[in-house]
Amino acid sequence: MSGNGFSVIGKPIAMVDAAGKTTGAGKYTDDLSLPGMLVGKILHSPYPHARIKHIDTSRAKVLDGVVAIVTGEDAPNRYGILPVGHDETALAVEKVRYIGDNVACVAAISEEVAEQALGLIDVEYEPLPAFFDPEESMKAETDLIHEHRPHNVEKDYHHVFGDPEKGFAEADYVHEARYIANEVTHAAMEPHSTLANFELDPYTGKLGRLTVWSSTQVPYYLQHKLSLVLELPMSQIRLIKPLVGGGFGGKSEVIPLEIIAAVAARAAKAPVKITYTREEVFWAHRGRPRTIVDLKTGVKKDGRVTSVACQVIQDGGAYCSYGVVTILYSGALLGALYDIPNIRYDGYRVLTNKPACGAMRGHGTVNVRFAFESQMDEIAAKLNLDPAEVRRVNLLKPPTVTVNGLRVLSYGLPECIDQVITRSGWRERHGHLPKGRGLGMACSHYVSGAANSIIRSDMPHSTVNIKIDRDGGVVVYTGAAEIGQGSDTMTAQIVAEVLGCGLSRVKVVAADTDLTPIDLGSYSSRVTFMSGNAAMQAAEEVKKNIVSAAARTMNCAPEDVNMRDDHVWDRRSTTSDTDTTLSEDRASGHVDGQILRGSVLQTRKQEGLKTHMSFEEAVVAAIDFHGALTGTGSYAPPVEARGGKHKGGGVGPSPAYSYSAQVAEVSVDEDTGEVTVHKIWAAHDCGRALNPVAVEGQVIGSVWMGLGQALEEEMIWKDGLLMNPGLLEYRSPSSAESPDIECIIVESVDPEGPFGAKEAGEGSLAATIPAISNAIYDAVGVRLREAPFTPERILAALRAKKGMKRIAMTESVDPTAPVRLREHGGSLWFRGKGPLRHPLDPARRSAHATGGEQ
Amino acid sequence: MKKELIELRVNGRTHELAVEPNKLLLDVLRQDLNLTGSKRACDDSSCGACTVQVDGIPMLSCTMLAASCEGQEITTVEGVADHGALAALQKAYGDFGGSQCGFCTPGFMMTVRWLLANNPEPTEDEIREALSSNLCRCTGYTQMYQAVRAAIAADEKGLKHELVETK
Repeated sequence: MSGNGFSVIGKPIAMVDAAGKTTGAGKYTDDLSLPGMLVGKILHSPYPHARIKHIDTSRAKVLDGVVAIVTGEDAPNRYGILPVGHDETALAVEKVRYIGDNVACVAAISEEVAEQALGLIDVEYEPLPAFFDPEESMKAETDLIHEHRPHNVEKDYHHVFGDPEKGFAEADYVHEARYIANEVTHAAMEPHSTLANFELDPYTGKLGRLTVWSSTQVPYYLQHKLSLVLELPMSQIRLIKPLVGGGFGGKSEVIPLEIIAAVAARAAKAPVKITYTREEVFWAHRGRPRTIVDLKTGVKKDGRVTSVACQVIQDGGAYCSYGVVTILYSGALLGALYDIPNIRYDGYRVLTNKPACGAMRGHGTVNVRFAFESQMDEIAAKLNLDPAEVRRVNLLKPPTVTVNGLRVLSYGLPECIDQVITRSGWRERHGHLPKGRGLGMACSHYVSGAANSIIRSDMPHSTVNIKIDRDGGVVVYTGAAEIGQGSDTMTAQIVAEVLGCGLSRVKVVAADTDLTPIDLGSYSSRVTFMSGNAAMQAAEEVKKNIVSAAARTMNCAPEDVNMRDDHVWDRRSTTSDTDTTLSEDRASGHVDGQILRGSVLQTRKQEGLKTHMSFEEAVVAAIDFHGALTGTGSYAPPVEARGGKHKGGGVGPSPAYSYSAQVAEVSVDEDTGEVTVHKIWAAHDCGRALNPVAVEGQVIGSVWMGLGQALEEEMIWKDGLLMNPGLLEYRSPSSAESPDIECIIVESVDPEGPFGAKEAGEGSLAATIPAISNAIYDAVGVRLREAPFTPERILAALRAKKGMKRIAMTESVDPTAPVRLREHGGSLWFRGKGPLRHPLDPARRSAHATGGEQ
Repeated sequence: MKKELIELRVNGRTHELAVEPNKLLLDVLRQDLNLTGSKRACDDSSCGACTVQVDGIPMLSCTMLAASCEGQEITTVEGVADHGALAALQKAYGDFGGSQCGFCTPGFMMTVRWLLANNPEPTEDEIREALSSNLCRCTGYTQMYQAVRAAIAADEKGLKHELVETK
């Protein structure tokens, strides 16, 4: 028995699907094949912005082995993940909007034939002026990327909470600066893959039901969008999610190939599988946008924040995607980490002729958090305060509702800060390490699922069904999408804990829309909290029936029935303790399930009153007494947690927030500009760690991904062409470059989470980038306001500090970089020279004209 | 391209196959032999997800011609299991969280298996260096080091057990 009084919860256990992954037996979408399956290949646009004048597929069509070719006209219905952003079509209609946009698809008997056919499709384009920089794009009057979006602004929001001007007037010190975080992508190991197959009516040959296997985080949304584009009822579409090789948000919306495969299968009347090449994965993108943050913070002498003003411009790429949500998260999650009494937020999501950005781990919050936590450090340095103290004086006092309407109940941030300070030796070492070596601190937080779903409705966000058979086998049906984060394992654990049965009894059937009830999917860290709560409710419903039958059999009150470790007993009986331990060896569950069927069981039933029974006996008693043993649970966030009524107020609220504090130790080579991260201490408040191994894995993985964004990862563009579309050029840290990451789990036990659990998979990422930047400042005294902190940028900052002439060191890598570097000097907007809404004033425009990008 | 007959020995079994001379080993394994454990993830031999062992040496099957492997002993992740049960390394990767989404795991299995066969007591740095040939986007590698250590410990324990039994 574990110390916390649970039998399955809180124990470090292997994922229920681990063996399938280590033996290679587990099937991902690209591992599947069907008889007569065709290979789909997509023709991509070579232009960043062009009108399609004509597509001629006649030469390709006659190639031996080509079965079908589809273009935009074959599926012109618009879709998009957000109801406000239906601006995509499966294949381009009239216009292409980025290099890599989808133009046509060939379904052929082999990859070679399909590739060859792509070369035979003749497309006539009329190139249009293209926009690559968001601030330039906002000046556009003509040749708009989407006609319905003037100035190429997808969406802008202007929020005022409290009285920001009064707050700044009260401040003893006001700090302002511009921070830039460049574009990064998920680069999940599994390239997107989709297999689509229509059943054919054997008599008429007409198309019947559609089955789609896809690498997706959101089976339900995909089913919904397929229905929209193909004009099929959702009930005629079966969506199955096989194993998914990582998502990080890149599979949390409908990716073009998922629709294209179905459209091609419809045309070919045969199963079609499309798997992206790595380059195509980079084009599909939906990653974290390049974000320009102009941040102004007013503080009292002791570091207490009086007011924050934040302007965010996001380079969103060619389609809306999750953009509206991203720009709202950037503003909303300024709140709920610290106590900020006054906030002004101006957010602009801008369209450019590059692949669409979308949701990526820490959706919308990461780049603003980098700016905010860096600024906290700058303020601490200016006021000669300990950065840890500055954070402490700004802590929230929960339970509370923040000025922008976010409800906070559990709040483990204070303990997280204490833990990393103690473990890293912060007090003795910060500011006292030898030159070239330093410590930096930062905090972050994230939602445990969005309190409002994308499609506004009152339906539950998660539903879970359970059935138990006579041999005690428990089958759980959940729509939650396992993507490697452990959602199946979490579901099994919660059900096993509630029912008091062994974990291996529980079989999870997940993410098959014919079998499993609706779940919104794996995004915004919602699964443990929402699907977990639904699983708990379903298990409790079943348990009620088992308990009442067991109470009848044991002739005791239902309250006296205990269920634990595959054993059911009357808690008043004296033998229960020994029996509990005896049943430990049965806890594995595969032992005696089968033999208890039939006559053996009947004999036992006739033995008369007893004080304890096995799980199987109790199940049989319950089925005999109640009939089929099934249960359903669902979860919808409470109304109190759904946020304010202001426009855009639906994004940001969550039933619970996770908290993270981190300290990074780095050294900087002043000759080469190279940063080495030696160690990161990361404390994460996950409410309760249902499975500590999984929580540690999520936290360490988040920190590591933040490390990549801080030091190396960056999508480099030239005139809309991605210069590094491969895992070799888009560098992420290898094991040789990855530091020790010490994960400290803090359990604040949330009152509404399942067993107190909340988010673990994303919240830690955002703190890593500023922690490293702050550590670089501690090491060599330069402030990096543009991520990633590449050797070029470090050297440029070091030279600037010494008053040396700036050299455009990044030119060889990225011709657009020098222009970006020139933007470092802070925003005119904050010097009072521009209007509050986005600056289109002449002074700024002329500054840009001389800057002259593209 | 015209197909040719080759004999390929994979996981201890010999297969006679008709393949194009330009067909990659990874494609033959995945498409002709339906051994889908080895994964394609990068297209430019930078990620290691397709790693198999050829005569005991970890090789990237996405950049090898199948025909060039005739007469050599190929081991894929499907051949790692120990008499049908999980090898110590496989179990340890599961127990210690060395595998999350699992897409890179087959490649890591082949790399670590080679490491432990050639260096039964690797130092921390040697483990890091060996693993750096493979990319993982989920784990941050930390839990993999624990898994490798646990696998070594389990193997040692098993070895001692065998020695006692033979005595």
